[in-house]
Amino acid sequence: MIKAILIFNNHGKPRLSKFYEHYTEDTEQQIIRETFHLVSKRDENVCNFLEGGLLIGGSENKLIYRHYATLYFVFCVDSSESELGILDLIQVFVETLDKCFENVCELDLIFHMDKVHNILAEMVMGGMVLETNMSEIITQAEAHNKMEKSEAGIAGAPARAVSAVKNMNLPEMPKNINIGDISIKVPNLPSFK
Amino acid sequence: MREIMVRAMYCEMLGYDASFTYIHAIKLAQQGGVLEKRVGYLAVSLFLNEGHELLLLLVNTVLKDLQSTNLIEVCMALTVVAQVFPKDMIPAVLPLVEDKLSHPKEIIRRKAVLALYKFYLIAPNQVQHIHAKFCKALSDKDPGVMASSLHIYLQLIRSPDSYKDLTGSFVTILKQVLGGKLPVDFNYHSVPAPWLQIQLLRILSLLGKEDQSTSELMYEVLDESLRRAEMNHNITYAILYECVKAVYTIHPKAELLEKAARCIGNFVLSPKINLKYLGLKALTYVVQHDAKLALQHQMTIIECLDHSDFTIKRETLELLFRITNAQNVTVIVEKMLDFLRSCNDEHTIIHLIGKVAELAEKYPFNKPEFMNTLLPMKYNSWFIQTMNDVFSIGGDLLQQDDPNNFLRLLAEGSESKEEDDQLRLYAVESYLTVLKGHTSHLPQCFLQVMSWVLGEYAHLQESVDRREVIRLLTQLLDQRSVSSETRVWILSALTKIPEGQTDLILDLAESLSSSQDTVLRQQAQELRHLSQDSQLREFKPVAVVCVFSSQVDSSLSFLDGFVSEALAAGAAPYKPPHQRQEELCEDRALNLEPYSFSLPVSLSSCSITDRQSPTLLSVSSGLSGNSAELSQKAGSSTLILEGVKRVWGKDGYLPQKEATAPPVDEPSAAVQPASQQEAAERIEPRPEPSTQNQDKQQLASSLFVGLGVGSSVSLLGKSEAPPPRFRKKPRPHESSSSSGTSKRSSDSSSRSSRNTTDSFLYGSFPEEEPATSISTFDHTPKSTTANGLSQNKDTKEDRHANTSQILGGDMVIVRPSTIQDKHPPSVSSDLTALLPADLKDLPHSDVISLTSDPSLSLSSCRLFRDEALLLVIFISNCTETVIKDVAVQLTLKHKHQQMTLKNFFLLQVFEFMRLILMNSILSVTHRPLVVTTEEYGKLWLSLSHDVKQNLKLLTDAGDPLRTTLNALKDALQLHVVDIIGSEGIVACRLLSGAPCLLHCRVNGAALAMWLRSPHPALPDFILYHCQRALAHH
Repeated sequence: MIKAILIFNNHGKPRLSKFYEHYTEDTEQQIIRETFHLVSKRDENVCNFLEGGLLIGGSENKLIYRHYATLYFVFCVDSSESELGILDLIQVFVETLDKCFENVCELDLIFHMDKVHNILAEMVMGGMVLETNMSEIITQAEAHNKMEKSEAGIAGAPARAVSAVKNMNLPEMPKNINIGDISIKVPNLPSFK
Repeated sequence: MREIMVRAMYCEMLGYDASFTYIHAIKLAQQGGVLEKRVGYLAVSLFLNEGHELLLLLVNTVLKDLQSTNLIEVCMALTVVAQVFPKDMIPAVLPLVEDKLSHPKEIIRRKAVLALYKFYLIAPNQVQHIHAKFCKALSDKDPGVMASSLHIYLQLIRSPDSYKDLTGSFVTILKQVLGGKLPVDFNYHSVPAPWLQIQLLRILSLLGKEDQSTSELMYEVLDESLRRAEMNHNITYAILYECVKAVYTIHPKAELLEKAARCIGNFVLSPKINLKYLGLKALTYVVQHDAKLALQHQMTIIECLDHSDFTIKRETLELLFRITNAQNVTVIVEKMLDFLRSCNDEHTIIHLIGKVAELAEKYPFNKPEFMNTLLPMKYNSWFIQTMNDVFSIGGDLLQQDDPNNFLRLLAEGSESKEEDDQLRLYAVESYLTVLKGHTSHLPQCFLQVMSWVLGEYAHLQESVDRREVIRLLTQLLDQRSVSSETRVWILSALTKIPEGQTDLILDLAESLSSSQDTVLRQQAQELRHLSQDSQLREFKPVAVVCVFSSQVDSSLSFLDGFVSEALAAGAAPYKPPHQRQEELCEDRALNLEPYSFSLPVSLSSCSITDRQSPTLLSVSSGLSGNSAELSQKAGSSTLILEGVKRVWGKDGYLPQKEATAPPVDEPSAAVQPASQQEAAERIEPRPEPSTQNQDKQQLASSLFVGLGVGSSVSLLGKSEAPPPRFRKKPRPHESSSSSGTSKRSSDSSSRSSRNTTDSFLYGSFPEEEPATSISTFDHTPKSTTANGLSQNKDTKEDRHANTSQILGGDMVIVRPSTIQDKHPPSVSSDLTALLPADLKDLPHSDVISLTSDPSLSLSSCRLFRDEALLLVIFISNCTETVIKDVAVQLTLKHKHQQMTLKNFFLLQVFEFMRLILMNSILSVTHRPLVVTTEEYGKLWLSLSHDVKQNLKLLTDAGDPLRTTLNALKDALQLHVVDIIGSEGIVACRLLSGAPCLLHCRVNGAALAMWLRSPHPALPDFILYHCQRALAHH
């Protein structure tokens, strides 16, 4: 079973956290910190598996992580999951994100947190791997998006306007960042003329 | 709102408190359109956990969405159900989720399967009935649904026996997957459905474990998947790894093993670090079966040991740990210690240090081959040195077990005394060296071990001056970094070092007697006394080594002798506190005279001997609780303050008794000089008893919950309770008299027969019959007749009935009464008529014949009283002759605790004996609770724990609900409060008073039962019995 899925950046700022077991909020934050501490120390040329820290269940659990450009994707799993399988699941997850967001970057995770969570929910449900078929995940996600759009057309207009204004007020956002192998593009903001 | 919620989620993730938005998340899920709902549900699943109270508000929404025609809504609802739903809400959604298993859309089916799996994990008993549907899901035409059902089977097959027949299906599925029969969509890097394969391989390995016939089914497919997995991508390695594991788990087949071994070789030799890791893991797994494989990869393993990657190193050490044997243990331990020295991760240290200690202890006396390679002296030094390293590296991170085990090893030793002494000698030497060095950085735990060893074995070392040892230890005491617990260890070590150094000790005691720590101060005092008084020293008990007492005799039975003596001397019997309280109250109420009068009056009334001083004195003497209690009664009119003292006296008396009773197997809490020595020599005397006591207390409090309330109620509140029942006589009294009886009877050469009745008096008593082993009847009628004791040939039966009550396991109340009755013993149906008058009116179960042989027959029935369950055992003599003695051994077994109360009654019985055993201990049985509908309503709302379940309805009569409820009422002692239309309410309560309310509604052919109680386990318990009762009907 997957116990937790964490995404944080090179500085340890959490970008997505999903726990499939209950921990108190403080513990969750501690887990994130501890995990970051463990993972960030490791070189590039070492293996992607790690014994879990104290908080997340000790040697029962494993941390399986991948490092993409600025982001660490960490899955914390118990002994019933296959390490390499999870490693490839992370790959599938990232590829799916990449397809859904058209060149995913850290900012996508920040601004479309709900979407990322929804995609994750299609893949992993209650700690169990639900779907590993990328096209199926994308179909589902797109079905949702389509519906959202159709609804947003009627009800969501004011909300969109508000969010557009909010995004406008954000301090200067970098337009094109290319880090590592994933090219990062800022999502197309609704332009305001 | 939606935007705000997303932001709130983000804040929460960053660690800020966003709990004020929780309710809005639920509202959003309730009210919004699909878009809002989606965010709402997402927020709910992120914010709330299974125990959160706000989840209650979500149930209706989820129910509505589950019934929705909109696919997306159903999906969302299923997701949230699988994420956060707690156990007690599962019944609400279970039927709907079940329906979804046959939904036309595969995504829904898949999610429903996973939701059910989640339910199975949380509450396995609630989804038992849908196992058949899981089976259907397994054969679903959509591979996705099938894949998700594998999760369930992987869990179920942990106990594989009932699923062996599915092996064929799994093999077929795997074959299809391998053959590329799945849609191309499922390919990942051109490997067909890799995760599915991994899952299947795991299931197969579980199924084939230690089962040749099942394993044979899967050889072919395993071979196939080994062959097909070409080494080209990570995921194929993942499959290979699973395959290899499966091959080694199932019944071995040489050909496959060979292939698997080759695969492992590829893994280990792979330049890819992840594969290397997996290879090592596989090796670790495999060496248990085949240690030779490790030999092939020796060099790689050695390389891995020096690998830069921490994880790889650890895994290698793990592998080494597995292949440790007597020859290589030194090297491996050396490697592990090296690693530990360089490692600074707390978790790893704890994990590994334990293993090192385990290894060192596992092979200490493993001499035969060992002697050749290492001289014993050298070996000793290795062992002690290793343990030194373990202690100094692991330090206070070590678990308590490790130092304890080490010390026990030292203390108990092996067969040869000489070797032990050498080992100890070496330990002493090495510790002295350590202590002479710089000690401030040493962990407390190490210091404790050292001081213990020095205290215990310093005398073995002749060459070292005692003064030197004392000086070193004293030095330690002066260090500021030493914790007070360690100081206690050091002091007790000092106490043990033989006499002769009085001046040093006195100085020390002097300096410590002003210490802040009371324990230290006390020990210092004792030390001083001991060192001054050489006679006392000679009394010093021989070292009691490592009393790892694991059993606490909660009944304090070893005090029985003392109590009976005290009683014989005229002391008043023990009364429980509440009774005394009551008496105290009475006394106080009456106490209007001046104090001076009351004292002599009460003294004379209680017939105390002169030496019994007034209250205060006898209490402070604290020798006997009984006398304290007695004098308390005498002087109860003196002061309110006295009530306080008496409590002290009672508590103080028990431990002190223990100290005086010679064979105490229980750590004594009293800190007395005599027991101090013993206590100090125990390893870790303090924590152990306390945790044990805690456990014991928990056990006791759960067991005796009914007793405490029940008896106090009947004592204080209910005046109608028959008074003689509560006149308590301590057990020893009874046993001493009965042993006298047995002596007498043996004089008259009558046989004593022993019946063993094992009564499984678990909470579910009503349906578990006491089983009697008939083989234990060793009584022969012949001998009785031979003795010519046939004077009682008339049908007159003299019955000597003993009513005994067992209260809390520590007190047996015996109420002998003689009842004359004229019923022939063979007619068992009339047995209930023989019950004493005060029990006759109680509802009782049928008389069950337990066992019989030609001479004796044994039957029992249960009586339901308000506060207790009585077990009546009838023993009838089927012969014409007289039974002089019947020994009845009753063994009460609690299902969980294996608590065995053995009460051996030797009773003089003529032809009948009845033994009424009051089952107060097991309070789980229930009684009807008579309430009105209004009261019921109020009560219902106040109760917290509820359980819902559908039960079978008895449909054979006109009014199914009434019939069913009446059946339940008869079977389970429930009270039917009211029946309104298709709903009925029923109530019952525990002996202790905890109510349980049942709400029943006819729902089609089923009875929807909703139970509530303040007691968390009660609803489940009642429900279980309802199910049983209906099933039997």
